[in-house]
Amino acid sequence: MNLQGKKVRLHDMSLRDGMHAKRHQISVDEMVSIATAMDEAGMPLIEVTHGDGLGGASVNYGFPAHTDEEYLGAVIPKMKQAKVSALLLPGIGTVDHLKMAKELGVSTIRVATHCTEADVSQQHITMAREMNMDTVGFLMMAHMVPAAKILEQARLMVGYGANCIYCTDSAGYMLPDEVTEKIGLLRNELPDTIEIGFHGHHNMAMGVANSLAAIEAGAARIDGSVAGLGAGAGNTPLEVLCAVLDRMGCATGIDLYKTMDVAEDLIVPLMDQPIRVDRDALTLGYAGVYSSFLLFAQRAEKKYGISARDILVELGRRGTVGGQEDMIEDLALTMAKQKGLI
Amino acid sequence: MAKKLKAVIIGPGNIGTDLLMKMKRSEWIEPVWMVGIDPESEGLKRAREMGIKTCAEGVDGILKHVVEDDIRIAFDATSAYVHAENSRKLNELGVIMIDLTPAAIGPYCVPPVNLAAHAQNLEMNVNMVTCGGQATIPMVAAVSRVQPVEYGEIIATVSSRSVGPGTRQNIDEFTRTTAGAVEKVGGAKKGKAIIIINPAEPPLIMRDTVHCLTEGEPNQDAITESVHQMVKEVQKYVPGYRLVNGPVFDGNRVSCFMEVEGLGDFLPKYAGNLDIMTAAGLRTAEMFAEEAANGTIDLPERSLPARG
Repeated sequence: MNLQGKKVRLHDMSLRDGMHAKRHQISVDEMVSIATAMDEAGMPLIEVTHGDGLGGASVNYGFPAHTDEEYLGAVIPKMKQAKVSALLLPGIGTVDHLKMAKELGVSTIRVATHCTEADVSQQHITMAREMNMDTVGFLMMAHMVPAAKILEQARLMVGYGANCIYCTDSAGYMLPDEVTEKIGLLRNELPDTIEIGFHGHHNMAMGVANSLAAIEAGAARIDGSVAGLGAGAGNTPLEVLCAVLDRMGCATGIDLYKTMDVAEDLIVPLMDQPIRVDRDALTLGYAGVYSSFLLFAQRAEKKYGISARDILVELGRRGTVGGQEDMIEDLALTMAKQKGLI
Repeated sequence: MAKKLKAVIIGPGNIGTDLLMKMKRSEWIEPVWMVGIDPESEGLKRAREMGIKTCAEGVDGILKHVVEDDIRIAFDATSAYVHAENSRKLNELGVIMIDLTPAAIGPYCVPPVNLAAHAQNLEMNVNMVTCGGQATIPMVAAVSRVQPVEYGEIIATVSSRSVGPGTRQNIDEFTRTTAGAVEKVGGAKKGKAIIIINPAEPPLIMRDTVHCLTEGEPNQDAITESVHQMVKEVQKYVPGYRLVNGPVFDGNRVSCFMEVEGLGDFLPKYAGNLDIMTAAGLRTAEMFAEEAANGTIDLPERSLPARG
C-alpha cells in the first residue's frame, strides 16, 4: 500500500466516544488537561460531548458528570490551535443544543443518523451550514447496508449542506475491503469539494488497517482516539495510527512522541477497565452491534444472569441500531424470564 | 335518538384513512366528510368507495356544509402549518377540533389521563401530542399519581416505514412536544423524550421505554398496581398495548417496557405508533359525544342560517 505524500486530518474521539467507556464520568479537569496536551501535540480536531452527543444526558444513556455546556465551556477557551467538534444525533439532541454549541465556540458539528435515515438530519445540517460551521454528515452502522445505499444517503446530507461525509463503522464490523469499497464509492461519486471521513472501532482489531484502507480510498479525515479510549474495544488508537502513517510517509501534522505521552501518562491512568478486544467487545464486532452497548450488556449480565455475549448476539440478530440501549435491559428481562431466572 | 356526532376528517392520507376505518365501527361518531386538496388523490377515492362524501377544495370547501350536515367534530390529519387556520374556521362554526398534527394550539390530550377533564370543559381544540406521547405518558401518569416524579424520560422506537416525511423533516418537534407533554400531562417535574428510527425488515412493532425517577423510595406495590390499571385503560382503545417488562425498580428509578401493536386497519400492525394516534383521536371524540348525550356538556348552539 502506498500512502506516500498523502495528507490526512486526524480527529480525536477520546473525550466523546471515550465517555462511553467512562460511563460519561470524565471530570472537567481531566477533559481540560487531556485536550490541552493533545492541542500541544498538534491534534487538529478534538470532539467533546456526552458519548451519545449533545443532549445525550439521560437515564437511557447515562447522566454525565457534567453538562455538555460545562465541558465545552471549559475546554474551548484553552485551545491554542485545535478546533473542537460536537456530535449531535437527531432524535436525541435538537437545534437548541446545536445553537448552544455554536455559541460556546464549537467549530465542527457532526450530525449522526443511522445509515438509512439521513433525512432526519435536514433541519440540523441546514442550520449548522447557515451558521457557517464545518458540517459533517455522519452515517452510522454503515456495515448494515450496501455501498450504493450509503452513497444515496450521503447525497441527501450533501443536499442539506454537509461539507464532509463520514462512513462510520459503529460496530467495528468492517474488514478493509468493505472500507475500500464504501469510501472509494463516496470519493468517486461525491463532488471534490466534499471531504470523506472514516470512523472505526477496534472490536475486530481492524481499526488501524481499516483507517489505512480508508486513506488509500480517498478519506481526508480519520477518527480515532488517543489510547483507543472509546466504546467497545475502543476507537482506532491514534498514537498507533500516527506512528504507522509516519512510517508510510503520510502527513498528519501531529507530534508522535507527545501523542504517545498523552496516551500513556493521561488517558490510560483514567481507564476504569482495560480497553481491549475482550470476549464481549469481539462479539460486538463479530455480530455487528453498536459499540456503546458493551457496558450496558455487561451490567445486564450481572443483574439478570444472562451472558452479555448472548444478549449482544440477539441484539444483532434483531437488527438493533445505535441508541437502542433501552432494548438491552428489556431483552435481558425477557431472556431471564424464559430461562426461569426471574 | 341521534346520539352519534357527525364528523369531518381533514387530510385523506394514511392517518385520515385509518381513522375513517375505525370511525366506521364507532357507536358514537359518524364520519360524513373527507376533505382533501387533490380530487384525484387515492385517499379521497378510498373515502368515496367507503361511502362518505368527499371535498377536494380544502377546509374552505366544507364550511358551507357544516351546519346543514350538523358536523360537530373535525379531525385534522394534515400538518402543523395549516392547522391553526383550519381550526379557527371550524371552531367559529361550533365544530370541536381534534388536532392530530404537531401544531398543539390547544391543550394536550392523552385520553386515560386528562380526556375527561377536557370533555367536561368543552375544550374546542385538543391536541393529541405525538405517537410516542400517547404510548408513554399514561405510564408516567400511572407513576406520578402514586408519588411525585422528579424526572420522566421516554424512548420511542419506531419502524422506519412508519415514519413519514413530515416527522422526519422536523424531528425536533417530536422530542420537544413529547417532553413537554411528559411534564404537563404525565406529571413529571422534568421531561425528556428520545425517538429512534429502526429500518429492520420485517418492520419492528413500536417499542417504548418509560423511565421515571421518583422523589424518595418508590412505593413498589402501589406503582405496580397503578401501572397495570393504566395499561388496561389504554387497552380499551388500543388492544395491542402491552407491558412487555416491568415495572422494574432500581433505586428511585421505575422503568416500564412497552410494545404497541396496531389493529391493522389501514396501517400495518407494526405501525402501532400511527394506530395509537388515530385510536386516541377517535376515543377523544367519542368522549365528547358521550358527555353530550348524557347532558354533562352542551355542544355549541347552532341554528340553520338563513339562506338565499
